[in-house]
Amino acid sequence: MTGNATVIEGRVWVLRDEQGAIIDDIDTDMIFHNAHLAVTDLAQMGQYALGNLAGHEDFPSRAQPGDLILAGRNFGAGSSRQQAVDCFVSLGCTLLLAESFGAIYKRNAINAGFPIMQAQGLTRICDHDSPLVGSGDMLRVDLSSGEVTHLSSGKQHRACPMSQVQLDIYRAGSLFAYGAQLSAPDPRTLA
Amino acid sequence: MGNTVIEKIIAAHSGRGAVEPGEIVWIELDIRSARDFGGANVVGHLQRRFREAPLADRGRTAFTFDCVVPANTIPYAENQHICRRFARQHGVRLFDVDAGIGSHVLVEQGMALPGTTVVGTDSHLNLLGAVGCFGQGMGDADIAFGFATGRTWFEVPETIRIDVRGELAPPATARDLTLAMVGQLGSKGALGQAVELYGPAVDRLNLAERITVCSMATEMGAIIAFIRPDEEVLRLLSRRAGRSIEPMPWADPDARYARTEVLDICGLEPMVALPGSPANVVPVREVAGTEVDSVFVGSCTNGRLHDFTQLADVLQGKRVAAGVMAKAVPATREVMSAMLEQGLVDTLHAAGVIVSNAGCGGCASGQIGMTGKGEVQVSTSNRNFRGKQGMGETYLASPLTAAASAVAGRITVPEVIT
Repeated sequence: MTGNATVIEGRVWVLRDEQGAIIDDIDTDMIFHNAHLAVTDLAQMGQYALGNLAGHEDFPSRAQPGDLILAGRNFGAGSSRQQAVDCFVSLGCTLLLAESFGAIYKRNAINAGFPIMQAQGLTRICDHDSPLVGSGDMLRVDLSSGEVTHLSSGKQHRACPMSQVQLDIYRAGSLFAYGAQLSAPDPRTLA
Repeated sequence: MGNTVIEKIIAAHSGRGAVEPGEIVWIELDIRSARDFGGANVVGHLQRRFREAPLADRGRTAFTFDCVVPANTIPYAENQHICRRFARQHGVRLFDVDAGIGSHVLVEQGMALPGTTVVGTDSHLNLLGAVGCFGQGMGDADIAFGFATGRTWFEVPETIRIDVRGELAPPATARDLTLAMVGQLGSKGALGQAVELYGPAVDRLNLAERITVCSMATEMGAIIAFIRPDEEVLRLLSRRAGRSIEPMPWADPDARYARTEVLDICGLEPMVALPGSPANVVPVREVAGTEVDSVFVGSCTNGRLHDFTQLADVLQGKRVAAGVMAKAVPATREVMSAMLEQGLVDTLHAAGVIVSNAGCGGCASGQIGMTGKGEVQVSTSNRNFRGKQGMGETYLASPLTAAASAVAGRITVPEVIT
């Protein structure tokens, strides 16, 4: 990650099923299938993103750098594979919004310096107050305040702002860069 | 105000007197491990980011190969060898492709102990809650940072208390208890939270059964599930560690819980998770009769001697149904040794079961094959997400249910073995 802007603007992909409902429990095998776990080169990971998520297999060929993703509850459930985060970094996606995240997935994204935000209620608005947010719409997201703005309608929604650690790591670029910044001998004094 | 188990362990590892849910603190990691899955990326991060000093303490660091053992693809073979070379160069302990599932090996080696912190590239490392150890699966960047610094940041989770009412009655087993728990709480029922399990039926579980129960915390989104180590568990761990392992500080009577759930297991029947979600749980009888193509017994959930003894008890003197492919994969080499000594391998082989070397088996990409489209599998593993174990339909069940289904060729409610 080179960018560390705290306001992100981009076209959003809303991960819906065939009936149009936001998909919950998208697990890491749907995001980055275990058949590709031996892939270690970030540049090679993007082509497999969402490759096992029904209806979204063509995501890698359609996603553009700068795109955002919006998903339901418990996004990234399952395995600890970092590739399930890195595949979106590889495609140049800039932000992931979801109702909630799997715990390990959340850590992996934070440590990679890839911005993710919990946006409780946002997907409900998508479902019932359509077309507030549809795939292809433009969103502006303020990471530190949690404000999500739907640009064409001007409607706003308040997501959970990033935690301080998350912002610190994001601004530094990654957990490694953040760790290197911690100059005191005992990093926990800076927590 | 009292503290929960996770709060006490985190406080003890963060140099603080006490911590509160929601606080983010730096914690000391007693053991840091990486598998063949994720391991090569860990080494890559260390070589790029910590070239000068890649390890805080090699004695607290280990590689555990368990995913694809031995490697059956060139990329996996290369990734394993990247770890081997790094381990040799830096004097890091490596449990190679013969050893078995890392989380289980760490228990057998006396490296995962009550009150300690252990991390690794395995989302089921939290099964160590079965011995009161704060095990946690993490991604490769996180683990590399842990290898290099011995620390990581952690947000103190809330804790849910689960009171298990009633007793397990055969043919229901610990696996049916944990399926019932995941079914009741749901796939997000404990998302980002720790769990403590209580009740007489829980107290009575042996170590293998505790591992079975705690291994499915991940399938409720939980950080970890803890069961208080009893004297028997402490005795086993003391033997492993080669020293006396004392009881760990447990939750205070006035500890604060996010909520308390009651899990009533009175009259619990054998349960099964339907294909697609480990949380979509129904009694086995509701799907009894469904034709079965393959059966897998093993994984970090049901890969202990206890599990294969149950499998062999059902298969003793019987044959797996014609057309059914049955596979058994012990969790560790030590489990395999015991199976050989006790004649279980003979029994399973005679019954037509494919017995493999130790490892993750059906859960990883293909140590013992995957399922094809339309193939119906009964598996004792912990996940049946679409595509996880192949493109077939995977039902999650106990070793007893898997065994009965293997013999009948259809999903079958196991009988009570007398």
